[in-house]
Amino acid sequence: MTTLAELNAARDAAAAKMKQTDDGQPITRVVVGLATCGIAAGAKPVLEAFEQAAQAAGLSSVRVYQTGCIGMCQFEPIAEITVPGQEKVTYVNMTAGRAKEVVEKHLAGGQVIEEYTVGAVTK
Amino acid sequence: MAVKPLADTEFYKKQTRLALRNCGVIDPESIEEYFAVDGYQALAKALTQLTPEQVIQIMKDSGLRGRGGGGFPTGLKWSFTAANAADQKYVVCNADEGDPGAFMDRSVLEGDPHAIVEAMAICGYCTGATAGYIYVRAEYPIAVKRLEIAIDAAKKHQLLGKNIFGSGFDFELYIRLGAGAFVCGEETALMTSIEGNRGEPRPRPPYPAVKGLFGKPTTENNVETFANVPQIILHGAEPFAAMGTEKSKGSKVFALGGNINNTGLVEIPMGTRLREIIEEIGGGIPNGRKFKAVQTGGPSGGCIPTEHLDIEIDYDNLSAIGCMIGSGGMIVMDDSKCMVDIARFFLDFTVDESCGKCSPCRIGTKRMLEILDKIIAGNGTLEDVDKLEELAYHVKENSLCGLGQTAPNPVLATLRFFRHEYIAHVTEHKCPAGVCKALLSYNIDPEKCIGCTLCARVCPTGAINGTVKQPHVIDHDKCIKCGACETACKKVHAVYKA
Ligand SMILES: Cc1cc2nc3c(=O)[nH]c(=O)nc-3n(C[C@H](O)[C@H](O)[C@H](O)COP(=O)(O)O)c2cc1C
Ligand code: SF4
Ligand code: SF4
Repeated sequence: MTTLAELNAARDAAAAKMKQTDDGQPITRVVVGLATCGIAAGAKPVLEAFEQAAQAAGLSSVRVYQTGCIGMCQFEPIAEITVPGQEKVTYVNMTAGRAKEVVEKHLAGGQVIEEYTVGAVTK
Repeated sequence: MAVKPLADTEFYKKQTRLALRNCGVIDPESIEEYFAVDGYQALAKALTQLTPEQVIQIMKDSGLRGRGGGGFPTGLKWSFTAANAADQKYVVCNADEGDPGAFMDRSVLEGDPHAIVEAMAICGYCTGATAGYIYVRAEYPIAVKRLEIAIDAAKKHQLLGKNIFGSGFDFELYIRLGAGAFVCGEETALMTSIEGNRGEPRPRPPYPAVKGLFGKPTTENNVETFANVPQIILHGAEPFAAMGTEKSKGSKVFALGGNINNTGLVEIPMGTRLREIIEEIGGGIPNGRKFKAVQTGGPSGGCIPTEHLDIEIDYDNLSAIGCMIGSGGMIVMDDSKCMVDIARFFLDFTVDESCGKCSPCRIGTKRMLEILDKIIAGNGTLEDVDKLEELAYHVKENSLCGLGQTAPNPVLATLRFFRHEYIAHVTEHKCPAGVCKALLSYNIDPEKCIGCTLCARVCPTGAINGTVKQPHVIDHDKCIKCGACETACKKVHAVYKA
């Protein structure tokens, strides 16, 4: 890339790719904190569990990504879920088992599991 | 019931994320996701629309000051390197992060590595440097891996290399690993280490802007300093300069830890009151204990006591009370902590980390530690306290590099705000917080003791005498002050420290 126009095109394409699948479905974005703090707390199995459970449930518009430190290291592993058109939900103290549950109840069933969210553990 | 969003929690409400804007948001191993959040737009703007002088002027106008500890104005630093003509100049990123307990820079590198790549290229453009080095401690393997991925991706997209954005500007970036010696975070030692030599400081001047890496003019900045650069260039100096206090602009990241309910990474606008960080963002002190002090600046900094809780955090307010922002470690201490013991903890660290090149630091800090040990053992005198203070100033004024010049700060700050604790150690032979073992004794309150024998059964030295249902007594000659009896008596609370 050698021009600003190319960079702008790359930005717009990347932004679109974060929002929509190739076949035009709005993406549900799951990000798992995979900085040192998250990995130390066991975030890698959580990320894998999200991927596997979403696939098993046939949720083709769910995309699971790693991200850096969200800041609340004491509540790692943390996973944040953005369903299109809805407020982002922050799940804390995640485990592979909880990830599977979140996929089934929240992503497939539309029911946020409130007791796993950040609001349940802190003011 | 509505689910509370992260942004509405006490922990987040007062935070402003500039340096950490992409951490926890994008995938750090994807250059596309960085593109999606305006990645490399600042570099494109600098290279295609701004002259080097204009870039430096924006940096000056923003008021950004170095986040690595010293707080030197970044734009000014860049202008010094720019002013020195040379066949080769360098940009260096200090990612050594040696303060115990600090992890701000690690989080930026792990969460937003492209921001550092982009910022260093911008710095190279306006200072006339065509190569950069990132000096990362080898204990940060994830940061190193993500930096490598970022540099590779940037090269593939021609955002590093030759003739970037067709501007004629070339820039290459290299990673160097440090072995984690604290002194290697000092800028001259760091550059000596990159050159392949033993990481020892050298006298300044000459400053790096004149004679830096490989003897060439060099700009050296901290990770968090660089992390702020792309948005300043992209959005102009004003939004950044509008935040903070008169002389400290923007926001600062702190690693909040110690005796506090919410630990983690917090980024707050400069000028936020310390009380807001402790009581609101941090959620106060756990276990029903009281706030005693907060240590900022790690082994180079000092402690801030209760009477200064309303201080507005910025470079100058903190140095006015003998403390410093430092790189951003913030350790909260409750009333169970002994400040003499805390001073000893940090001094012990610097004694270990002193490179030994100059004698005020090598010998002076060692002598200071010996005096502290004497005080903690209960053998100190008032003269020792005075001698400690005198020596502290001597080390501060005569050491070659910042390590020695700041090593006495934890001692001086505790002497300033908690002198009465030192005095109690040497005159009454008491540790008011009940930490220094030599100065405390375990006792059993005969009024409370129900003679259950629990304490006698756990005592490893058989120091506790007494018969069932009769008050027990501790033989102080045999007691090794392990505290086991106090724990065993946790229901009746008959055992107490004095
Ligand atoms: C003993 C010692 C250790 C230091 N360690 C670090 C460090 O780990 N990271 C850092 O950025 N600066 C560290 N510094 C400060 C650097 O020497 C330098 O001032 C700073 O990196 C400049 O960047 P800035 O202007 O962006 O803050 C240290 C200084 C001393 C004296
Ligand atoms: S002050 Fe300490 S660390 Fe710095 S050069 Fe002297 S001995 Fe080495
Ligand atoms: S502090 Fe330890 S050694 Fe002393 S009396 Fe209690 S249990 Fe025994």
